[in-house]
Amino acid sequence: MAKVFIYPTTSLILTDLVKRYGHEPLGASIGIRERVQTAGFDSPPLQITPEEPKKGLRWAAVEVPSGVRGRMAIHGPRIEEAEAAIIVNDADLAFGCGGCARTNELVIYLLRTKGMPVLDLVYPTSDEEGIAFVAAIRKFLAGLPGGKP
Amino acid sequence: MKQYTPSYVGTVTVYIFIESTEITPEDIAVRAYEIAPAAMVKETCFGLEVTGKPEEVDGIVEKIRALDPAHIFVKDRGFPPGDPRRCRANLGGARPGFHGHEFELTLIDHISKGLEEDLHPSGAPVPAARSRPRPPLPVERLEKILSEEEPAHG
Repeated sequence: MAKVFIYPTTSLILTDLVKRYGHEPLGASIGIRERVQTAGFDSPPLQITPEEPKKGLRWAAVEVPSGVRGRMAIHGPRIEEAEAAIIVNDADLAFGCGGCARTNELVIYLLRTKGMPVLDLVYPTSDEEGIAFVAAIRKFLAGLPGGKP
Repeated sequence: MKQYTPSYVGTVTVYIFIESTEITPEDIAVRAYEIAPAAMVKETCFGLEVTGKPEEVDGIVEKIRALDPAHIFVKDRGFPPGDPRRCRANLGGARPGFHGHEFELTLIDHISKGLEEDLHPSGAPVPAARSRPRPPLPVERLEKILSEEEPAHG
């Protein structure tokens, strides 16, 4: 079983497919769950404390906004433990009320420069593209350590 | 800052989304309780939220997915059900993650087709998946389309 980073990190489709084909999806929910289930100071809504932007300094310079560094405290450890990644390139949902475009750029940059297998896709817009999308993910995951043939 | 004492420590929560014409959330909620009576199961309009020990939740997911493999989808969640920081009962409006799910659920039929083809291959050649978005419509092409528009008949 390989650890596969998914982008967008909150994707239902990618989480499901990676787990369905026998690997461990690494998304935002894992880091959020760690914080929600750890005792400390109350810091709603996501339990992101002032410590997180300091931890984010491992992946982003000090002049980078604290919002990026705070988010990197969630995504950075997952990127470091990832053995492969699946990136959906037209994921507009990753930017919005909870998402940050600059963090997304940094996450994708780190995934591409890590030297691990990366699968690039776009969301399907027809049944034919859906068949190709699922087949591409299955083939990619089958080639990873512990993948189902 | 006040002290924070977490609840449901050591558990995992998952969403189970159903896009099936044959199974309802009510059906699988009952089934989930049969599989793991100790797990917390919340029935929703789109499916279920299940909270419990990792092995309990994995067991529920495996058995429920088997009911309709191409139309039942599972996703991890960081918060437990009804958490006042996330639940719309406290916040009003849609839960922040709802919009992402709403968007992906518009595409889920295409994914289901892909899974059906994977489970029961038709033998037809599988096309290559696109890795880049289609380029935007060039201005020249748009101008040409506009200039080719037929005049309205009076």
